[in-house]
Amino acid sequence: MTELQAEQAAVVPRIESQSQRSRYRDVLIALAAFAVLAILPMLTGSKALLDFVIRCSAFGLFATSLNLLVGFTGMVSFGHGMFFGLGAYGFGLIMQRSGLPVPVAFVATLVITTLIAAVIGAICVRLKEIYFAFVTLAFQMLIHSTILSWVSLTGGDQGLRGGIPRPAFFGVDLSNHVHLYITSCALLVIGLLLMRQIAQSPFGYTLRMIRDNATRASFIGIDVWRAKLTIFVLAALFASTGGIIMALFVSGAYPEFAYWTISGEGIFINMLGGVTTFLGPMVGTVLLLILNDTVTRLTEYYGIVLGIVILFFAIGLRKGLMDFVVEWYARRRDGSGE
Amino acid sequence: MLPLDLDALTGCLASSACLVTQTTSGFIIGMLLFLVAVGLTLIFGVLKVVNFSHGAFYMFGAYFAMTAYQVTGSFALAMLCGAAGTALLGLIFERVFMSRVYGSDVLMQLLVCYAFVLIFDDVVRMIWGPEFKSMGMPAAFQVAPLFIAGGVVPPYYLLLIGVALVAAVILGLGLARTRIGKVIRAAAHNPGMVSALGINTGLIYGGVFALGGMLAGLAGALAAPVRSLTPGMGFSVLIESFIVTVIGGMGSILGALIGAILIGMIRSFGSLGFPLFTEGLMYLFMVIVLVSRPTGLFGKEVA
Repeated sequence: MTELQAEQAAVVPRIESQSQRSRYRDVLIALAAFAVLAILPMLTGSKALLDFVIRCSAFGLFATSLNLLVGFTGMVSFGHGMFFGLGAYGFGLIMQRSGLPVPVAFVATLVITTLIAAVIGAICVRLKEIYFAFVTLAFQMLIHSTILSWVSLTGGDQGLRGGIPRPAFFGVDLSNHVHLYITSCALLVIGLLLMRQIAQSPFGYTLRMIRDNATRASFIGIDVWRAKLTIFVLAALFASTGGIIMALFVSGAYPEFAYWTISGEGIFINMLGGVTTFLGPMVGTVLLLILNDTVTRLTEYYGIVLGIVILFFAIGLRKGLMDFVVEWYARRRDGSGE
Repeated sequence: MLPLDLDALTGCLASSACLVTQTTSGFIIGMLLFLVAVGLTLIFGVLKVVNFSHGAFYMFGAYFAMTAYQVTGSFALAMLCGAAGTALLGLIFERVFMSRVYGSDVLMQLLVCYAFVLIFDDVVRMIWGPEFKSMGMPAAFQVAPLFIAGGVVPPYYLLLIGVALVAAVILGLGLARTRIGKVIRAAAHNPGMVSALGINTGLIYGGVFALGGMLAGLAGALAAPVRSLTPGMGFSVLIESFIVTVIGGMGSILGALIGAILIGMIRSFGSLGFPLFTEGLMYLFMVIVLVSRPTGLFGKEVA
């Protein structure tokens, strides 16, 4: 054994114990976050605030899952919103048509999403950069057109109306606002924790390698196509979960959920929050929703205000808020160390 | 599963009158799309930027033309105003904003464009109001339609197709034969070398953006008499011209022409056979083309 190999052998267990420790830390943070969110309804009677958190859960899961593709794997998907819509419509239709219990419908929706994402992904992930973006966009619009034209199933441009039945299960009654709120928070925290595990796993680092240099990754024996397809399907599952939360929240599903603007907003949220940190998209979600709510209340020219804010981020900061904060913090720490 | 009306489609294919009418309307859609898409493809070819706000130029072209027509009453002046106004707008947009994000992330460029889609739509809403507007057919073209093989063809449609074809020929020859065309192609290939030879690449970039904006504005101005004008009108055109450029191959002018005509025909005949799924048909076609030829029908290499 050379000196170098001996050194590497010593390093490996240390890294493993470190990743073990960071996993415990993540779980602790997740539990603490969930506890804070769960206490919230007892502290405030504000329904608007709880609504806001539910919407944050739906879009946060969606945006963070998009970041697994955009930020971690370098796959700029312009059609990720189709899985958001698919989740909302799939879940809504199963509940309306079959009357299955909520958890069963939830799992069934995820199974359907897996199948469709696998087929679409198998076609798309082979393509490079801008072409991948366009084909995913095309699939998104294909699904949107199908929803609009398949009136007998989806209700066309009116959407799924008449409400989604929400029978109670295990003592959880989703038609109760606080129960719905707690369930959304739980789904959000569990979803984020799972995605964090994916991002920190060896597979997550494989994805980063594919992003940085796909050719080199394939030279050292990584099946790039399979890795990309896997993360495409996994990200679709979390986006679909976001859609399910949305369907439960509005008790329906509308074609806008599958329209390309949802994907556009997802990309925008990612840029707003920053793609280099795991929680960047979550920060972006909160920012965009606050911005949305205040601007629409203040002015009818929502587009101009939002446009100027985007320009500020894109041309002024040139990065997302979390990227900016992290870099600023790092610079300050280095500065004080000198 | 999907609502289709194949009887209407086969019935139309059997009658020459219907065939002529549908083909002309397919050409109209195609030619307008071509004018927008060719600017998109040119900007992408030279600047490597996907101009997501290109639909806004189409929209401004239409509104400029309508205002000019209402003020002066001259159709030719209206067309000129539509084209020249958007050319200027394109130049300013490129020099002031887009030139700052060259070389940075594709996402940043898309974001700047997305911001301007939102801003431009609201600017139009502020100036011209949110309601549907219409320019009205100019008096010179309010004549009886022509009958070709039993099909009805308004003379204005012929003018529209003619103008678009002339623009295509001038653009194609201009890029292939003239000195400026050579410089533009060289800048697309190797901007560093072109700049080292003492040519102002910033000027070329601005010029190409202005040219692209002008063509989209011309399309908007030509469409103004036959379409209704709304603040969101640029968007559907943008999506369709994206499909056109992707099908034809990013950066290829011939590809844009063929792609635009194909999409025009799909829209025109698809609306007979698949009334609710016409859009879906276009996306399906795009998926098929991209999966079999990822660079599009006339694309040379992956950029």
